[in-house]
Amino acid sequence: MDNGLPNNKAELDARFTELYRAHLRDVYSYSYYRVGNHHDAEDLTEQTFLQAYRHFERALRESNGRPLRPWLIRIAHNLAANFYRDRSRKPEAAIEDADMISAPHTTESLVEGREELESILAGVAELPDDRREALIMRFALGMDNREIARALGRTDGATKVLLHRAIRQLEGIVAQTTAGDGPPAEGDSK
Amino acid sequence: MSVGATEFEALLREALAPVDPPAGLAERLELTLVSLTELAQDELESWELSAMRDPRNWVRPAAAVVVGASAGTALVLVRVRARHRARKRQSGNLLELAERTIHDIADEARRVLPGT
Repeated sequence: MDNGLPNNKAELDARFTELYRAHLRDVYSYSYYRVGNHHDAEDLTEQTFLQAYRHFERALRESNGRPLRPWLIRIAHNLAANFYRDRSRKPEAAIEDADMISAPHTTESLVEGREELESILAGVAELPDDRREALIMRFALGMDNREIARALGRTDGATKVLLHRAIRQLEGIVAQTTAGDGPPAEGDSK
Repeated sequence: MSVGATEFEALLREALAPVDPPAGLAERLELTLVSLTELAQDELESWELSAMRDPRNWVRPAAAVVVGASAGTALVLVRVRARHRARKRQSGNLLELAERTIHDIADEARRVLPGT
C-alpha cells in the first residue's frame, strides 16, 4: 500500500470497515442535528453509508490520502438536502422547528433544565442552513476548518468567516431570547 | 477572542454534544451491507460494484462482530432474492433494478431486526 491505496480486496474491506466504525457516530450526530429526530436520522445515516459503500474505491483513489470524513459528511449533507426537498413538497410541520430539534435529544439529560443550552439549541435551529451546518460540524463533530471547508465545498477562508458569522449571529439570537421576552413559548418556532 | 466568546463556544459545544446512534442501527446497517455484497455476488455484478472483483468479501470484517448476523442475513437474502428475481423479469434497466434492490435490502433488514 505504498501509495496509500489498498492493493487487494482484503485491504479495501478493512479500509471500509475502519471508515464505517470510526465515523458512524459522526454521521449519525450530523444527521440527527440536521433532521431533528431519530427516525429520519437513522434513515439518513443508513443511506449515507450505502452511498459511501458504492463509491468508496473511487473516493479512496481521489482523496490522495486525505481523511474521508468530510467526504462522508458531504454525502450526508447532499442526502439531507434531498430530504428537505422531499419534505417541502408535503404539508408537514417544519422539520427545523426548535421543538423538533430539542425534544427527542438523546442528550436530553444534559440539556434538560439548562435554559441556556435549550436557548442555544433553539437558536441553532433559527440559523440559515449553511451557518447551522458549519456549527454542527465544528461543535458536534469536532471538525476543523479544513475539514468543514471540504465537506461544504468552500475555501478555508470562506469557512472561517462562515463559522465566525454563525457564532456571532447565534450569540445575538440567544442574547435577545434571554434578555428580551424570555424563551419562546412552546410550539412558537418563529 | 473574548472570554465571553470562549464561554459561549463551550456552551455551544455542550448543547451540540455528539449523539450516539441506537445500538440497532449499527447491526442493521452491517446486515444491509453484508446482504448487499451477497446479492452483488449473485446478481448485481455488472453495475458499479463490478469494479470490485469479489464483492462477496465486502464488509465481512464488520459482519464478524454482529451476533446472529448470519441467520438474519440468510432471512433477508431469501426474501429479497425472491422479489429481486421477480423484478428482474420485468425490468430492462439494470441500474434501476439495483437501486430498488438496495432499498429493498434496507427495508427487509429493518423487519428482520425488531426493535431497531
